Amino acid sequence: MNTSSTKRMVLFCRKSPYGNALAREALEIALATAVFEQDLAIIFSGDGVWQLQPQQNSAEIHVKSQQKLLAAFAMYDLNEIYVEQEALELRNINHQELSIAATLIDRQKAAELCNSADIILNF
Amino acid sequence: MQLSLLILGSPYSSQSVATALRFANAAINSGHQLYRIFFYHDAVNCANALITPPQDEQNIPEQWQQLAKEHNVDLVICIASALKRGIINDTEAKRYDKQASNLAENFEISGLGQLVDATIHSDRLITFGP
Amino acid sequence: MILHTINKSPFDNHSFTECLQHCQPNCSVLLIEDGVYAAQQKTTFSDIISQRVDINFYALKADILARGLEATTLSSVTIIDDAGFVELAVNHHTVQSWF
Repeated sequence: MNTSSTKRMVLFCRKSPYGNALAREALEIALATAVFEQDLAIIFSGDGVWQLQPQQNSAEIHVKSQQKLLAAFAMYDLNEIYVEQEALELRNINHQELSIAATLIDRQKAAELCNSADIILNF
Repeated sequence: MQLSLLILGSPYSSQSVATALRFANAAINSGHQLYRIFFYHDAVNCANALITPPQDEQNIPEQWQQLAKEHNVDLVICIASALKRGIINDTEAKRYDKQASNLAENFEISGLGQLVDATIHSDRLITFGP
Repeated sequence: MILHTINKSPFDNHSFTECLQHCQPNCSVLLIEDGVYAAQQKTTFSDIISQRVDINFYALKADILARGLEATTLSSVTIIDDAGFVELAVNHHTVQSWF
């Protein structure tokens, strides 16, 4: 068992933004994890892929833009970001037009990434 | 083993808090240690000292407090989630000029760093979703 | 291997389906809270459970009893108590919660 000071963590984001606070709160965890210099991979799956929809304008619902929060990832050196192909296709989201750079993977690969993690945070 | 729990559901609205409580007690009875219980999202409501359940229902905050007192379990609620939901200690009440505070005893308000710390120092982290 | 937990009814929520899409052979799935409805015999979801012989399925006893499912739980789903839940968590290298 790995009780060293660096854990391999996967943040598995399944929730769409805005309808529920969980999507936002998951990203807050990502940023906190980055501050502590942990080995973090972020996977967008299920409805979580909606977070990568471009051209989000949340002004009229009076909440902070999830897209802007995601854009901060680069500043925190959060670069290991994946998005599930099947989830994108089901929702007719073009993987070439996502709001941030994310590596396209299939479900099998997503499962493998989770299986090799010490800690999985599903949100 | 050292176990930590991440709880997201609101007491009484979601079953997750009660499930987590049962898991926590079972873990201790099985000889494991609880490193930290981290209350995030709506679960920060567990730390509301003003919770008043009916007499014939489980008093969830009290049960967490009992666990904390008897087994020295660290109960932490996320400050950002707590402030948004109106759970505040004396320090935050003064800072934000609020008339009262309502953080229940044995609960501590802190940041997400405590969750990350829990993942580093625990053998397992179990999430109880809303 | 991973211990997956599912706390939502498959009739109401997509977590059951998405979880199983991500399960690798020999992992375990523990149904808790409303997730135990997936273990009701003779439904689409119990058929799926029966077909996934590569996964070890469990259901939490307190939730099965509360919902009146004891007599109609699929026999291939192992009913465990809270101590069993702890044991599963300890005996898998990590836990992934679907909600």
